[in-house]
Amino acid sequence: MSANTNEMPNKLCSKQDLEALQKELINGRKSDRVFISVCNGTACHPYGCAQLIETFKQEISQQDLGNKAELRITGCHGLCEKGPIVVIQPGDIFYQQVKLEDVPEILRETISKGNIIDRLLHTDPTTGSKIVHRHEIPFYRKQKRNILGNNVEINPTRIEDYIAIGGYTALAKALFEMTPEQIIEQIKRSGLRGRGGAGFPTGTKWESCRHAPGDIKYVIVNADEGDPGAYANEGLLSGNPHSVLEGLIIGAYAIGANQGYVYVRNEYPLALANITTALNQAQQLGLLGENILGSRFDLNVSITRGGGAFVCGESTALMASLEGKVGEPRAKYVHTVEKGLWDRPSDLNNVETWANVPVIINKGADWYRTLGTDSSKGTKIFSLVGKISNTGLVEVPMGITLREIIYDIGGGIRGGKKFKAVQTGGPSGGCLPEKFLDLPVDFDELTKAGSMMGSGGMIVMDETTCMVDIAKYFLTFLEEESCGKCVPCREGIKRMRQILNDITEGKGGEEDIDLLEQLSATLVDSSLCALGSTAPNPVITTIRYFRDEYEAHIKEKRCPAGVCKALISYYIIKEKCPGCGLCVKACPQDAITFIGKKKPVALDESKCIKCGACYDVCKLGAVGRK
Amino acid sequence: MNEKVNAIINKYNGDKGQLVSILQDIQTEYYYLPKEALIQVSETIGIPASRIYDVATFFRAFSLEPRGKHLINVCLGTACHVRGAARILEEIERNLAIKRAETTKDRKFTLETVNCMGCCAVGPAVKIDGEYFGHMSSDKVDNVLTKFE
Amino acid sequence: MVTLTINGREVKAEKGQTILQVAREIGIDIPTLCHNEALEPYGACRLCIVEVSKGKRTEIVTSCLYPVEEGLEVKTDSPRVISNRKMILELLLARCSKNKVIQRLASQMGIEQPSFKSEYLEDNDCIVCGLCVRACEQVVGVSAISLVNRGITKEPASPFLEPAADCIGCGSCYYICPTGAIKMEDRKDTRIIYNWKVEFKLKKCKVCGNYWAPEKQLDYIKKKWNLPEDFFDICPTCK
Repeated sequence: MSANTNEMPNKLCSKQDLEALQKELINGRKSDRVFISVCNGTACHPYGCAQLIETFKQEISQQDLGNKAELRITGCHGLCEKGPIVVIQPGDIFYQQVKLEDVPEILRETISKGNIIDRLLHTDPTTGSKIVHRHEIPFYRKQKRNILGNNVEINPTRIEDYIAIGGYTALAKALFEMTPEQIIEQIKRSGLRGRGGAGFPTGTKWESCRHAPGDIKYVIVNADEGDPGAYANEGLLSGNPHSVLEGLIIGAYAIGANQGYVYVRNEYPLALANITTALNQAQQLGLLGENILGSRFDLNVSITRGGGAFVCGESTALMASLEGKVGEPRAKYVHTVEKGLWDRPSDLNNVETWANVPVIINKGADWYRTLGTDSSKGTKIFSLVGKISNTGLVEVPMGITLREIIYDIGGGIRGGKKFKAVQTGGPSGGCLPEKFLDLPVDFDELTKAGSMMGSGGMIVMDETTCMVDIAKYFLTFLEEESCGKCVPCREGIKRMRQILNDITEGKGGEEDIDLLEQLSATLVDSSLCALGSTAPNPVITTIRYFRDEYEAHIKEKRCPAGVCKALISYYIIKEKCPGCGLCVKACPQDAITFIGKKKPVALDESKCIKCGACYDVCKLGAVGRK
Repeated sequence: MNEKVNAIINKYNGDKGQLVSILQDIQTEYYYLPKEALIQVSETIGIPASRIYDVATFFRAFSLEPRGKHLINVCLGTACHVRGAARILEEIERNLAIKRAETTKDRKFTLETVNCMGCCAVGPAVKIDGEYFGHMSSDKVDNVLTKFE
Repeated sequence: MVTLTINGREVKAEKGQTILQVAREIGIDIPTLCHNEALEPYGACRLCIVEVSKGKRTEIVTSCLYPVEEGLEVKTDSPRVISNRKMILELLLARCSKNKVIQRLASQMGIEQPSFKSEYLEDNDCIVCGLCVRACEQVVGVSAISLVNRGITKEPASPFLEPAADCIGCGSCYYICPTGAIKMEDRKDTRIIYNWKVEFKLKKCKVCGNYWAPEKQLDYIKKKWNLPEDFFDICPTCK
């Protein structure tokens, strides 16, 4: 069976059928063909990867390499900073920032002759030398890509690829060699904690749901990754949807649920498309639906799109939305594992949590426990973004330090600037300063420091980030996303944002920090849901660790980072300005004018709206900001 | 409109729990949620109009006003924010003389913001219709907008 | 039956009761705004919060929703509860700075001056407690209105902000609103509920000639309970 066929294999009716298919597919891969994996992840789309893929297809045909080379369109490879990315197997050759013009040469030289094209290689930032193999690149070296690593090996829209790398083996093992209780025991023993943010022990959750009274139960995939700056779930769901689906089916079997839902964020069209394809293919092959693999276990799964509401990442709000209502959370005094969707026992887990399940079943809880810390086992996927050199999706063992992630993997601060803070946990998390760089990344350690793990956003900030502005940013975000049901969140966030606004405009007063702290305490204690109760975290941590910035804004009416518009002004550094006029053209208010030929330009502050266009466009550093 | 809306309702078996999905399909079809379509859903499925209206006004994906020909999404995710996304938004607002969630008078552009599209590596990012624009800066805005008829 | 303590007093309660129910039964006053016994508890105003302890764990919960448990220790007026309630009222006062009901509650909590800048104080009457919407849905059964929008602009409104087509003019929303945010007027033979942009013709009693209830409401009741056509021709007073 050619790996390129569009025909689906026959339906699998037993564990033996699956094993036979797997054997056939593995043999299909063992050719002397060269595999060209091109990243088609969402983050590579702005780089034009779609066109790159088309170009590869055309060139392979033109150079008549159809028998020798096989193009594999994959999900996210991780090093998004250097996209478009092409990985060539065998050999683990890593080409980055590949342009359309490079394609013929790659095929001619590397594929046909085995020659490496130097200019497409990654350069080691410390040694300056070129690196050929992906696993030797510093970005990848310290990672443990147990979950995300498979992205490179598969086309997410081909179930055969997933099966060829061992996919659905865990499901077969769970259905035919284990009881639901044994499965739950393994998950409990593994120490897996929810990857959605709260870090609740997954095995315990499954157990409670299994024991909850009721015949009809539900399992739900929370793919409503709403934290701004986090796209870890996206990379996983769009790059390897079957891994999530397999975990879901195993979980459903363990809990005793016959209906599942995947709730995908509206803003993730690729993830939505790929999980839909995966679902249909699994159904066709008998891995989903009635009598899975002949086990007599049924599971139907439907996919729902979110409507664009961050609050729907909260489990009860998500369930309300699944019931066709507005996404308003409700009190969780009775847990959702007892009364959830339609008041029935429901187990909701994050995308990454589900994807960890097949790994645990296949390799065992004891193996899983070898990675991580006492309280946090396994790996965690982060979207490492912001002022970092190597922006991308990283997967690291729990217990690795922030320093290692930011410097060894992330390559340090971009543009040679100085590290200031790292934010984890999205709007529910906190900003940690330099003194926490050696903090091991682990659920409890992050919480102790005032932040939280969250679903995976890790945003790095440098000296040009104003921490008061960051607090204001998160509150502005939450003000829009609050469902509006309860008073503390709806009214409290607004008042906090107003105070922060005033501070950033130089209208802050001494009593403002006290008031912010009082409001924070009320939101933490009396909000209806976690959106409200964690909303103060960015404020609390920035006051705690960056109080001097607040005081500069309040007492001196100064923004040390040069961000808050009301407190900064732009000016021309005459010695550096040759009068080229780039800034004159860029200025939307005609606030900059020529004075004479080859003379520095003049900036009229009264007309300046502080948009920063001149600052952005000047390559000579002739526009200053104070 | 009647037939199209009925087809959408039937696709979901008139299931009340699928209201958000039904509205999304209607939004995809008409680029907004026409009042007549919502009333039809209410009458066909048996959900009070008030319960459809509250869902329609709760979720950002829905627009009760006709949208422009081109949908601009400016990412205001944290990663884009620290790279100056706010300035990009301001520049677009200035260029088109509209504020976010508004549509230009000639119905050409609707300006929306989104909190993270997953393009953090190329932030600040802007998406217009299906096309992504990365590494945006205020001086690039005009060029990008003129690409669209 | 379970045994719990509220403010140091041991009390027996039935499983399934909420702390609020039990507290009220034994005469302990817990303030509420969005609560009404005829409706499902909602948990939006957060005024009814109390401190509960189970073993070592203490948390703040809404008493209107929290089910009683064996061995629970409840404090309805601890310093932590009071400071939270006070701030909640401050927030309501900032939103409804001229509303008499909110002003009175705030003053009862010891708030003399709002803590927020005067330029940011607002003049609303509605506190988005949802009582009007919930009464219309759960008691009246017509769901003529709903809470629309999200977050700070959330408010009760009629569909499409047009005259509420399903409204029967019963006035339940007006009667249940704790802050007088619903404006309803019976003017001779017409009832107007301004918030939902509706007007109703009132039924005239055949005996006393008074206009006493909207015809649409009476038609609705007749239909629902299968009553004879002339059932409401005479008003309750005259009957």
